[in-house]
Formats: sequence, C-alpha cells, structure tokens
Amino acid sequence: MRRIISMLMENEPGALSRVVGLFSQRGYNIETLNVAATDDPTLSRLTLTTVGDDKQIEQITKHLNKLVDVVKLVDLTEGAHIERDLMLIKVRAQGALRDEVKRTTDIFRGQIVDVGPNVYTIQLTGTSDKLDSFVAAMSEVDILEVVRSGVAGISRGEKILSL
Amino acid sequence: MELLSGGEMIARALEDEGVEYIFGYPGGAVLHIYDALFKDCKVPHVLVRHEQAATHAADGYARATGKPGVVLVTSGPGATNAITGIATAYMDSIPMVVLSGQVQSHLIGEDAFQETDMVGISRPIVKHSFMVKRAQDIPSTIKKAFYIASTGRPGPVVIDIPKDVTRPDEVFEYHYPQSVKMRSYSPAQRGHTGQIKKAARLLLSARRPVIYAGGGVVQGDGSELLTRLARELDFPVTNTLMGLGAYPATDRRFLGMLGMHGFYEANMAMHHSDVILAVGARFDDRVTNTVSKFCPSAKIIHIDVDPASISKTVAADIPIVGPVCAVLEEMLNQLQQLRERDSSLPDEAALQRWWKQIDEWRAQHGLWTGTRYTQGEHIMPQQVIESLYRVTGGDAYVTSDVGQHQMFAAQYYRFDKPRRWINSGGLGTMGFGLPAAMGVKLAFPDMDVACVTGEGSIQMNIQELSTCTQYNTPVKIINLRNNYLGMVKQWQDMQYEGRYAMSTYEDSLPDFVKLVEAYGHVGMQVRKLEELDATMERAFAMKDKLVFLDIFVDPMEHVYPMHVAPNGSMKDMWLSKNERT
Repeated sequence: MRRIISMLMENEPGALSRVVGLFSQRGYNIETLNVAATDDPTLSRLTLTTVGDDKQIEQITKHLNKLVDVVKLVDLTEGAHIERDLMLIKVRAQGALRDEVKRTTDIFRGQIVDVGPNVYTIQLTGTSDKLDSFVAAMSEVDILEVVRSGVAGISRGEKILSL
Repeated sequence: MELLSGGEMIARALEDEGVEYIFGYPGGAVLHIYDALFKDCKVPHVLVRHEQAATHAADGYARATGKPGVVLVTSGPGATNAITGIATAYMDSIPMVVLSGQVQSHLIGEDAFQETDMVGISRPIVKHSFMVKRAQDIPSTIKKAFYIASTGRPGPVVIDIPKDVTRPDEVFEYHYPQSVKMRSYSPAQRGHTGQIKKAARLLLSARRPVIYAGGGVVQGDGSELLTRLARELDFPVTNTLMGLGAYPATDRRFLGMLGMHGFYEANMAMHHSDVILAVGARFDDRVTNTVSKFCPSAKIIHIDVDPASISKTVAADIPIVGPVCAVLEEMLNQLQQLRERDSSLPDEAALQRWWKQIDEWRAQHGLWTGTRYTQGEHIMPQQVIESLYRVTGGDAYVTSDVGQHQMFAAQYYRFDKPRRWINSGGLGTMGFGLPAAMGVKLAFPDMDVACVTGEGSIQMNIQELSTCTQYNTPVKIINLRNNYLGMVKQWQDMQYEGRYAMSTYEDSLPDFVKLVEAYGHVGMQVRKLEELDATMERAFAMKDKLVFLDIFVDPMEHVYPMHVAPNGSMKDMWLSKNERT
C-alpha cells in the first residue's frame, strides 16, 4: 500500500542522507521525496511516499523515528490529509495540437507558464494520480520533459505536525 | 572561564567525561589533539598497532565495564581501518565514541591527502555521527556523543573533526556541560504499565513458559532482576550468544544457549513452549531458524528498549518498549500483586510436567549432562574449554574470536555473571578476541582474561601482541589449533561434500611459540590430553605474563547441536555427524 510519511527533522547537514541511506540500507523504496525548510529555520520538513505492507511500514516508521535527526514523524495516510505534487511538463505544441493541448490543460486546471513557437510548458498541481492522468491524456502529444516535485502533504483539520 | 584550543578542549572534555582509556593511533589530521593529550591530559592513551584493534579494544573495555569505549584515529586510512570495529560495536549495541581526524575544512571535498568522508562511510553503522565545524562546539558535541552512545539502545557515535578546528593558536572559552537535552532524542525511560500487566497475566497463565534473554539484559544491567523473576516463577531460562551470563549458567533453571548451535533442551523448550518472555533479544536469524516455523504455539512477550527490534522478524503478541530494569521491576511488582489475589497462579502442576519434560530432554542430549563428544587420539576442543573453566574457577573474562572455538567456548564455559563473555555476536568479526582482551585486562588488571581463538582469527590482529608488551596486558591466549578455518570446513563437510576450498593453510602456519617469544611473551604447546590441565594451570599461574597456549585439537570435530537448514524449525537439529532430531 502507498503511504505518505512526513517528518520534521533537524536542519543539519547529513540529515537527509541519513533518511535516504536508511531506505537503501534496509531495502525499502522511496517513490517520491520532497524536502525544504519550514518557518522555523532549525527544522526542515521532509515528505516521502513509499510502498509496503503494514509490517514494512511499521518498521520504516520505527527506524525513521530512531534517527537522531528526525524530531517528529507522521504517516499522513493514516488520517484525512491533503497531498500535492507539482509538475512542470514541456510538450511539443504545433498546428492543431496547440489548441488541443490548451484545452486539456484547462480541463485539468493547469496553467501554461511558458510559450514558445513550437512548445508549451505547463504547470499542474494536484495528487500524484491527477498528474499521472494528465500525462496519460497527453499521449497524442510529444512530451519533451517532465519535472515533478514529489508529494508534499499535510493533515486535514486541526491536526498538526509541530514540536 | 578557561581559554583552550580545540585540541585542548578534546583532551579536557574526555577527562571531564571520566574516560579511563583512549585507544588510538596518531596521524596528520589529529596531531594537534595528540599534542594536547601529551602536554596535559590525565587520561592514558593506548597506542595500538592497527586502528581496527583500537575499536575492538575500546569495545572489549565497554562490554566488560558498561562504560563507553573511546577511540581516537586519524583521517583517511585511520578512519577506514576503524570501520570494522565500529560495525562490530553497532551490531552488538556497544557504547563507543570514536573521534576521527579530518582534513582541514577548506580542503574537504578536494580529495586532499588522507581525506575520506568518514561521516558518510560510517553512516549505516553508527547510532549517530557529528562533524564539528567550530572549536566552540567541541564540548557540547562530545557531551552529546557520550549521552547518545550510552543511553537507550547503546551504540557507537562518530565525531569527525577537521584539523583546523583543533589548531593550537586559536583559543576559546571552555565549559563542559553537566547534562544534555536533545529535542530529537529521548529514549524510553519506562515500559507501558498496561502492557506489563497484560504480560504478567500471560506469564502466570503459562503452562510451558521459557524466558529467552539476550544481550540487552547484559547491556542494560538487568541480570539480577531477570534472575529474581525466573526464580520466583521457577521458569526455565535460555540465553542467546550475546546474553550468556545474563542468567547464571550453573543454576538448574538454565537451559544453555539457544539457536543454531544452541543446546538441545533450549531449542526443544522454545519450540514446544506456549509463552516466551523475550528480554533484550532480537530474534536473530541465528536464533530462530526458519521464521515461519518458529515456535508455533507460543505467545510472545517482547521487552526491548528499541521499538524497532520488536516485531522486526517475529511478531510480538505483547510488545513492551522500555529499559530492561525498569520493565522487569514493574513486572515483578505486578506478578506479586496478581499472585496475592490468586494464589493458584502459576499452575504448579503444569509447570512440574514442563520441568519433567525439560529434564528428559536434558538427560537425552544435554551438553553438560553427558559426554557429547567422542574422544579420539586428539584433544577435543570441548575439553580445552572445560579445562579453562576448571582452572579459572569459572570466574574469568573470556573473549573470543569467530568460528568453531567461539561456539565451543559459548557452549562449555558456564558463565554465571554478566559481562564476562565478550564476543562479536552480530557482525562475527574475526580478529576481535585479542584486542578486546587487551581492553578488558586494562579495565580489570587483577582478573583472569582469556582469549579463546583459532589460527585463522588470531592472525587477523596478531600485531597487537606488541601492544600487549608495551602496556603489560598479560592476557592468556587459548588457541584451538586444528589447522583449518574450522567453521568454514564444517560447512564444507556438511554442504559441499568436503571440498575444502581455501579453508586450509597447508604448512604455512607460523611457530606460534617462537612468534610470541619474539614479542617478549611466553608460548606453550599442548599436544596431549594428559598435559592439558597442568599446562593451563601453569599459564594462569604466570600472572604477569602473556601466555599463548597453542593447543592441538581434533581437526575433524564439528560443533553440535546444529540447526538443520534451510527450512528447519527450532527443534530440527543435527546432534552429531550422523544423528538428527
């Protein structure tokens, strides 16, 4: 099952490599990874998605919690949450396809953020599923480049991850 | 407040931390530190002959005393040589602080002379690591390192220190913190009361219980409480390889070691049990045999200070996270309360039947109840350990290397006290025994310290004979000489039709007696059984001499029992070359 694990960690050099190293060392997979500073400059927020059964996920969260640099951790998929992935996708847009790409982008509530004589660069945010669907919808179009941020997530309602 | 350079701060902080010995080796990146140690430091430094030995010596010291071992090595090869020893300590949860030199800050990343990314290389085998960027951070970093290394589930901590941070011409105010608090690190202080109550109830309802005690009981100083608990309930106890000594071996409730080379009665009792109380043990693959067949009718209570150890391989029915002493103490109270309320617990009749069964197993194939080896023309390796046990009155510190001799020592030396059996259980590091024995002897100079080894293992760190001369550490080296890499050969006998691929030295072994004499020690050879006890006694009577006993043993002997693998359960064992359960 796919899980979104999000954590606050010390904003120290090497902290990220400890998290990533743990996954390769113990044979777990990271599907997406997103990390950046928070409003508190001493903390960064790292969100990753991984796939595993309940036993594996339990081990992953226990081992992550053991890392001295990890301050607090939540499995967002255990409760209601919001997840967002951001994609920048550059496609060939010529002739009739220019309109077609524009229409599909509108349907997905994406934005064309850069226009060239032969290419569009589209920005799209949403769940990973939505982004996958957009890429699928572009099957007739020549996709030149895809960049995704990886999932960032937050719990719904009053529930917060803070110190 | 005093003004000190970075190098001086390290020397002073180690003093303030109460460090008794530093094990290390100098080099370019740590020269400022060594100069500070030389000029003014009360902590003696032990100069090893190879950095791996520094980590093993610190490790042996830590296992015997319970205090963190301290290592100081230079950058590059000094640091990488220490890696095996750090990994050894990590696998067995041994508290250790390793200070490694690093090239100057401005050279980091430039492939400078003797540069290696020590924090990166050591990352998977440390509990935590630091790189110190400013001299002012040295005291607090060292304090944190000792705190992390020695609390919770102990482990090694690396502090990497660029040379410029220790330079003598820049001084800063020195203050060593009394205590440390980290928002991201707070090991469990006690167990969950509700879980402990549930566990106590389950224990009292058990009809075929076993206590399975591991290295966590030794490291957590929980032996006394565990012994009390087992005696109050009259439950049988088995110790893991790492847990030997956690429960006194000469007590009748002790079933011996369990696992791959565990005792028949211990493995049988585990397999047929209905309740297992696992304390500070981690259901290692060398214990469980095939996990899916592990103890099919047992409910499992698992006490461990590390939540990640619980349900890692075998699912626990009642997990309890907490330090062994706090949990066992509360469990003893709960058990007492429950028994006051219901005096029919535990079921004495069922327990008696269980003991009767265990005694039958013991009588059938127990290693200590009958002769489990066949005497040939040679001295049997088991007899050497029995002789060592007799001569030292069962009260020696015994270190070992890795292989057959390690298993014979674990099986035949009956450890009644914790911290007396010192071996590399998790990583299985050959070359561990001699440097570890040095560390133990320095900690307890008046005690007998024996290193049980083989020709393979001893040659992996034999250069430390020189360190033993320099620091006068008269340990006794018991070499079970069979002219093979014994355990490799055993597997080749059992699984490769006796094709001894690279497990013999042919005629290349040195004359160990002459070799140790060259270092100023005493060497003795034993070839006949009649000479064994007398020579052993003579060796241990030489209190101030390192004695190397080169004992020729039966080269064909195997270690039994041995789990049948693959696909075997706990109860599937080879009992001899042609006898299995």
